[in-house]
Order: sequence, then C-alpha cells, then structure tokens
Amino acid sequence: MTSLVIIDTSCANLSSVRFAFERLGVEPVVTASPTVIRAADRVVLPGVGTAAAAMRNLQQLGLVEVIQQLEQPVLGICLGMQLLTDYSAEGNVDCLGVIPARTERMIAAGLPLPHMGWNTMTDPSASNPLLRGVESPAYCYFVHSFAVAVDQYTSAQCTYGQPFAAMIRSKNFFGAQFHPERSGTVGAQILQNFLALTDGD
Amino acid sequence: MLAKRIIPCLDVRNGEVVKGVQFRNHEVIGAIEPLAQRYATEGADELVFYDITASSDDRVVDKSWVERIARVIDIPFTVAGGIRTIAQAQEILAMGADKISINSPALRDPDLINALVDEFGQQCIVIGIDSFYNQEQNRYEVYQFTGDETRTQKTRWQTRDWLNEVVARGAGEIVLNCMNQDGVRQGYDLEQLTALRAHCPVPLIASGGAGAMAHFADVFTTANVDGALAASVFHKRVIDMGELKTYLAAQGVAIRPFTTTTQQGS
Repeated sequence: MTSLVIIDTSCANLSSVRFAFERLGVEPVVTASPTVIRAADRVVLPGVGTAAAAMRNLQQLGLVEVIQQLEQPVLGICLGMQLLTDYSAEGNVDCLGVIPARTERMIAAGLPLPHMGWNTMTDPSASNPLLRGVESPAYCYFVHSFAVAVDQYTSAQCTYGQPFAAMIRSKNFFGAQFHPERSGTVGAQILQNFLALTDGD
Repeated sequence: MLAKRIIPCLDVRNGEVVKGVQFRNHEVIGAIEPLAQRYATEGADELVFYDITASSDDRVVDKSWVERIARVIDIPFTVAGGIRTIAQAQEILAMGADKISINSPALRDPDLINALVDEFGQQCIVIGIDSFYNQEQNRYEVYQFTGDETRTQKTRWQTRDWLNEVVARGAGEIVLNCMNQDGVRQGYDLEQLTALRAHCPVPLIASGGAGAMAHFADVFTTANVDGALAASVFHKRVIDMGELKTYLAAQGVAIRPFTTTTQQGS
C-alpha cells in the first residue's frame, strides 16, 4: 500500500485533505518529521494562510531542504502549490524554488477578491498525469488572491480577470491552485491519479 | 468562468437542523449529516452551518459534527456560531471547516476580525451581517443576537457603514442576511443587495427570501451577488437543486452544471 504523508505545516486546516484521501481508502500520516517525510511514497504540501507565515514555519521545522530534495511525487495544494515556486509576492518571500515560477497578486479587473468559488479548469496538458480522466472544462473550487502566471510549467489554466495556472508541474513536483479535497468528483479523480502515479509518469 | 454559488444553509440547534420564520418559531428539519451529504450529492456548491443559539447562549458551537461533516462531504463548508477567539477558530478550522463566519462577536469586538485575518488568512474569514430595513427611518440597520428573539437587538451600525468597516478590517466574504425577507419566500432583497454590492470588493452572498427558482435568477442578474443562500426551499424540497441549476443555466447565469446523479433521500 502506498504510504502518504501530509506535511504538518502548523497551519490550521489539514483535516479536509486527510479526509479526502481517507475517502479514497488511504490513511495519510500527518507529520513534520523529516525522516518520515523522506521515507513516504507520496508527499502532500497543504497550505492555508500566508506564504510568508508558511515559509517561516517550514524554516522553523527544518523542512525547506527536506522538501527541496524529495524525489517521490509531491503535491502542493493552493498555498502549498505557491510555496513550490521561486517566490511569492505575498509577504515578498523566497519560496521552495522547485518549480521555476513566480506567485503574484491577482489582477482581477474589478472583480471581487479573493477569487472564491467554482471555476473552470481548461487547457489540460497531456504531460500531467494528474489530469487523466478529468473532463475539460472541469469545475474546481478555488479560494485565493495570489496566483502563478501561465508559463511552460503550467499544465492547466483558469481565468479570473486574467488567465493563471490552475495546475503546475516540474519533474516530481505537482501543484494545484484549487482545492482538490473540496472539488467534488473532479478533485477526487485528481487525488486518485496522484496516488496512482508510476515511475513512468 | 466563475460560477455563481448555490448555498444551502443549515441552521443548527441542539445538534439538529431547524428552520424558523423570520428567526422565530423554529421547527426541526432533521439530522445534520444526512442533509449535508444529500446536498453535496445533489450539486450544492457550498454549505453553511449556523449554530443559531450559540452567540446568544454564550457558548461555542458543539464541534463534533464539524469533523463528521468534513469527513463525508467533498464540497466546501462554513461554520458560524459564537466563534469569538483565535483558539476557537483554530479548532473549527482544524476539524475541517473551510471558512468560519463571525457575526455578533465581530460587532462586540471588531478587532477580532483583524486578529482572525492575520492568523488564518482573509480567505477563510466570513462576516455575516443581519440587516433590517427600518421603514420609518428609511435606512438599513444591523442587528445582533438574532438567534434568540428575546435577546435580538439593534446595533448602532447602519449596514453600509458596517460593511465598509469589516471589509477594511480584512473580511474575505460577506453574507448579507436581509431580515425583512427571511423565511417568507418572497424573493431576495434586490434593492438592498444591489446597493451594497457596489460597496463590496469581496465576494457577497445574498441571504433571506428565496422562495422560487426565479428569485435566484433575479438576485444573480440584478444584484450580481456571488452566491445565494437558502434554507427552507431546499429542506422542504420546494426547489430541486438539479432543476434549479438547469433553470439558471438556461437563464444565462454562470453555474456549475448539475452532473452527478441525484441521491434519493429518505
């Protein structure tokens, strides 16, 4: 059975991610232990709060290098995805830098912010196995005010005022700007795909 | 395109879902989890759980059901009711709630809004506003402790001023409950919602008055709110969620299509 670790970033909301995997029949381990994280088959980096606070927590926990050196599949969710990039304008902080992208404040052209609710994920890339079996467009649940610009590491897009990256990927690092744990059957499919990744992916 | 949200609201008292008419005469609708699961399965975009007695009884929400709900549903949900400290908010969020909604405690201590936003981020802090149209004075007034009619009282705030205040303090979303319309199913308060939409840079959710599918179309197209909350029309199956979404899509409202099979509830 695949071992799954959810990194305990000392942010509040880890339960909904844990429960989502439990609905798929997996019992995740929630931990900040470098040893346990390194040994896991799959690692999830959740995130609620601000980038600056989350990076400070990861530094205090001694997890920055641990995460950067992981070679197994890693999934960053929402803020967790933004932490995978080089930099976030939210608090003007350097992030983990495992995906060469930048997180900037959204420019929503007069639309309400945060961008909150179900929006369509489009332009899925065949190179991201997490999108297998996901129809396009697919409605996913977003809650955020910062976003990653569309670039070569983008594997699906969303538009709110302007296009931004809904999913990103570089090597073994995957990111979802939306919350798969709260995105109904679409989200469950993506989490299932994450569990089902093989070396060939 | 960002979909307009349909949000069933479950008023919780003593661990059961209840519904009152204009905040009075509560009748029991049923147990929490089966209703939550039914709505998620039927295509609700989000759920709100209000412990309506919490603030007025000076106690926090009974928390065990929060985690039970988080386990079974795969759509976002908000918990409201008597949350007045960082520690209480932390506990609710840690059990799996996506957002917390603050009403009376924010009126008593507006700094609480700033503190919660600083700690958990803007995205999970919702401010609920109970607004009553004072016909004599021709103005909208904010009320508190509306969960208990014996303690419900008018505050010093006019609704627009309070909205501006909570947004300035970092609120991530506003639920505007128009008390004159609540429970009477005559339609949302389009006039008030339209007026306040213009002052609200964060998502705005309409609450109070839904009685027919056309009311949802009206509030989205006229007041341009981000979501519409309703209780009795869903609890009593006056409106079917799937039919509502099909209807709204036909009216040109951006909606998350109803795709899952409707589960037959008991």
